[in-house]
Amino acid sequence: MIVQQADKLGSEFLQDVIAGTPGGERIVHCLQCGSCGGSCPNGADMQYTPRTLFALINANKREEVLKSNTMWCCVSCYLCTTRCPQDIPITDIMYQLKRMAIAENLAKDTDAPALAKTFTGYVDKYGRAFELGLASRFYLLNKPFAMLKMGPMGLGMFARGRMALTPTKIKRVDQLQAIIKKAREIGRES
Amino acid sequence: MKYAYYPGCSMEVNAAAYDMSMREVAKVLDLEFAEIDDWNCCGATEYFSQDELTACSVVARNLAIAGTDASQLVASCAACYCNLAKVDKLMSENAEMGKKINQALAAGDLKYRGGSVRIRHLLDVIVSDIGEEKIKEKVRRPLTGLRVAPYYGCQAVRPISVGDCTEYPMQMDLLFQWLGAEVVDYPVKAHCCGGHMPQISEEQAFELQRRLLQSAVDYDADMILCICPMCQLNLDAYQSRVNGMFGTNFKMPIIYFTQLVGIAFGLEPKKVGFGKELVAALPVLNKKLEAVSA
Repeated sequence: MIVQQADKLGSEFLQDVIAGTPGGERIVHCLQCGSCGGSCPNGADMQYTPRTLFALINANKREEVLKSNTMWCCVSCYLCTTRCPQDIPITDIMYQLKRMAIAENLAKDTDAPALAKTFTGYVDKYGRAFELGLASRFYLLNKPFAMLKMGPMGLGMFARGRMALTPTKIKRVDQLQAIIKKAREIGRES
Repeated sequence: MKYAYYPGCSMEVNAAAYDMSMREVAKVLDLEFAEIDDWNCCGATEYFSQDELTACSVVARNLAIAGTDASQLVASCAACYCNLAKVDKLMSENAEMGKKINQALAAGDLKYRGGSVRIRHLLDVIVSDIGEEKIKEKVRRPLTGLRVAPYYGCQAVRPISVGDCTEYPMQMDLLFQWLGAEVVDYPVKAHCCGGHMPQISEEQAFELQRRLLQSAVDYDADMILCICPMCQLNLDAYQSRVNGMFGTNFKMPIIYFTQLVGIAFGLEPKKVGFGKELVAALPVLNKKLEAVSA
């Protein structure tokens, strides 16, 4: 159970999790204390709390982990990270599990990947987030009925001048796009 | 004092009240915030769940732009602060990631050395750099009788908190004590507002928001003060939906801390963005502070 040398021992899945997470090698020091799950605001909704998840990762239970809802319950509040007595960057590991679940097409029953893709699509294109575009595009494509319930709030925001109708575009969007393109290339290579 | 400033996307429209009020308060305190040229979105949490290196590189473009002529960069949004501080720290501590991010930046003729710009949150600048004495000097309308619940949320205090506790932050508590308010000591002041969760699972998001609103009510707060546009949006704009889901009757005004600092400095409510919130704050403020005119 206890893995001492992250670079030599441990399951293949564990190695993949570590490889994609800066500081991820700390995961092998998990004491199974449960501070993470106990601190998590959404812990009660998780199929596995982070503590259980780390034991499953160590046991090479790739599909169980990547199909679980755990990382999609994570709201990046970092309470687990700052409370972990072993300094495991738990929130960052949740991000890595999200990335792996999307890449391996195991992210089911969650709209989070679609929201992320729609959000970053606008940033890729304009250099800025675009709230109205995000909200309308995401809801229309993913949950059109929920959009109806959003109506009154949207109108309230609009009436108070808190909703822009058109996106803002940065001047050197080509520079940002070149950086993003290069980053994705390097990411694919490694 | 002069700082480079990163507003973040929300400040432009959705959080205009924050933007207006922070600029007015800065004038009173002789703080100069020079917006960095042609900044881009920090990506919030959304690039990180798709591609780590792209997420970092998008943030690093802003660091590189700021780094050409500034030593301190201030963000007013907690998520922007968190991303800027995190990527700066990563680049100074992880040589391999630093190298890869710089390879990506080079495609846009930019470069950044981790640790060369100090990342700050606006609250920390006001509390630590200006300090008690000068802030008290500027008070024209003490907030006596007003019970405020300072709400810190997550990403301004975790994982990287400059000068405050990650569990039980105090900077906003102190600030509003200096301004004469009764500061409510409630247990969830650094708990989560749900972030992007209202779009993904309303049940989860609204439950987190219910806990915050209920706690503020239990401790008899008149209003909740925010230091982040996402927190303000979630607690303010979804409050009626929270009421609908749980059968509650919350009418808790949610405003930005700088708006109330402005009131204490004697500024007109309209000038510091009152009226932009969905749950009206002025009636409560007027009732509590007789001197405030609508």
